[in-house]
Amino acid sequence: MTAKRIIGVLILISLLLLAGCASSQQWGWYVVNPFVHRGRINLAFLLSGIPWTIGLTLCCVLISNVLGFLISLLSLAEQRIVRILYRSYVEVFRSIPPLVSIFWVYYGLPILIDVGLEPFPAGMIALSLYGSAFMAEIFRGGVQSIDRGQFEAAHTLGLGYLDTMRFVIFPQALRRALPAIGNQLVIMLKMTSLVSVIGVSEVLRRGNELAVTEYRPLEIYTIVALQYLALVLIVSAGVRKLERRMGSDERHGGRSLGE
Amino acid sequence: MPEDLVVSMQSVNKWFGELQVLKDIDVSVSSGERVVICGPSGSGKSTLIRCICELERHQQGNILVNGKSLSGARQRSPNLRGEVGMVFQQFNLFPHLSVLRNLTLAPMRVRKLSRAAAEALAMQYLERVRIPDQAHKLPGQLSGGQQQRVAIARSLCMQPLLMLFDEPTSALDPEMISEVLDTMIELAEEGMTMVCVTHEMGFAKRVADQMIFMDGGEIVEKAGPEKFFSSPDHERTRQFLSQILSH
Repeated sequence: MTAKRIIGVLILISLLLLAGCASSQQWGWYVVNPFVHRGRINLAFLLSGIPWTIGLTLCCVLISNVLGFLISLLSLAEQRIVRILYRSYVEVFRSIPPLVSIFWVYYGLPILIDVGLEPFPAGMIALSLYGSAFMAEIFRGGVQSIDRGQFEAAHTLGLGYLDTMRFVIFPQALRRALPAIGNQLVIMLKMTSLVSVIGVSEVLRRGNELAVTEYRPLEIYTIVALQYLALVLIVSAGVRKLERRMGSDERHGGRSLGE
Repeated sequence: MPEDLVVSMQSVNKWFGELQVLKDIDVSVSSGERVVICGPSGSGKSTLIRCICELERHQQGNILVNGKSLSGARQRSPNLRGEVGMVFQQFNLFPHLSVLRNLTLAPMRVRKLSRAAAEALAMQYLERVRIPDQAHKLPGQLSGGQQQRVAIARSLCMQPLLMLFDEPTSALDPEMISEVLDTMIELAEEGMTMVCVTHEMGFAKRVADQMIFMDGGEIVEKAGPEKFFSSPDHERTRQFLSQILSH
């Protein structure tokens, strides 16, 4: 299955390159040719962005998941004012384009509250807030998709509200939300490329830097694209594995999360 | 209020918006008594028993369950802690937990039993509904009839004073109805106090001490089973019975 996908991707890439040959574009793959010295150095430079991209993605995913989950609890409150608070948070952070909030955190905070952040934490905060709004909506949707009967059964068994959520509702909601969470993970991974504008040395930033010294943008950005492609394929495979393990279809007896 | 009264409802009224769904309901259930409620759909019979287990709030009147007064106030955690068992039409088992975990969850969290004690209790009740071999399966791997028996066992694990049944066989395939009814009959014979909403009149004739017929949110007729099935006082009861028993 995975092998088939990889073959498919390779065929697609070869077709694109062939199409390139037919045009007047003169490819200069020597810039990233691993068999010559200069190409090796350039490639190593491009690949050195990967740890930053992975690190930033992990941080953002972790924070936006935890924060999103906590925020989603507000949506379950009985008090109307708390639910309005929830709605406001989601609408605000979902509506601001992530690039704008990156600028805002990086250039705005030092002016407003005299806190200057390094590019990495600034990007992390901006993207995590943005992501948390989406995560909150995913968690809320997961909880609301659970049948009323589950709450009722827990209620008549005498389970309190917190126990009901912890043992009955959240495990099921999480399982239903898993495909959406995986999707969000992929989006976050690609969105980290935005922080290249404030100077975090992640994958895209490395590409930008090399492109201006080598004057071979098309070759270099192709390598950049391939790096994201490889990372995303790995993430997708991981998410699918997790989904299978958690048995997103209860009817066919996946492993039980509660045990 | 007599000592052995498990449920006492006094002039209970309830509205859904403008619509009055319960009108001046008086029901008493004493310990060991089996009450069967029937009536056309929309007559308020489900709402009535859902009021007894705090799934619905009543707006007027008193409901006492084992001497505890149910306030009718909106709240998130139940006052009743499993004293009233409820069996639903749609089973409402927890699909992500094994049968055994379905049964042990509430005894462990509410009654604070140890896992070993809760599992022993669970196995005892699974034996009683005759599916101990399914303990480690997920609910989705069981047939409808088996799932409903698990649901009955799950309620019994809380050792309730009273069991409520809300059309427990309506969602089942015909060949599975009798296994659930048999379980309920056994439970009745062991002396469990029961209130059942059901259209299974054969079951009603066999176990009921008290029959209640509801229509339009009112209790139309309340009688012992012999009188209820042979010579009911009200025309509406007769009509309903003739419709339901004719096929």
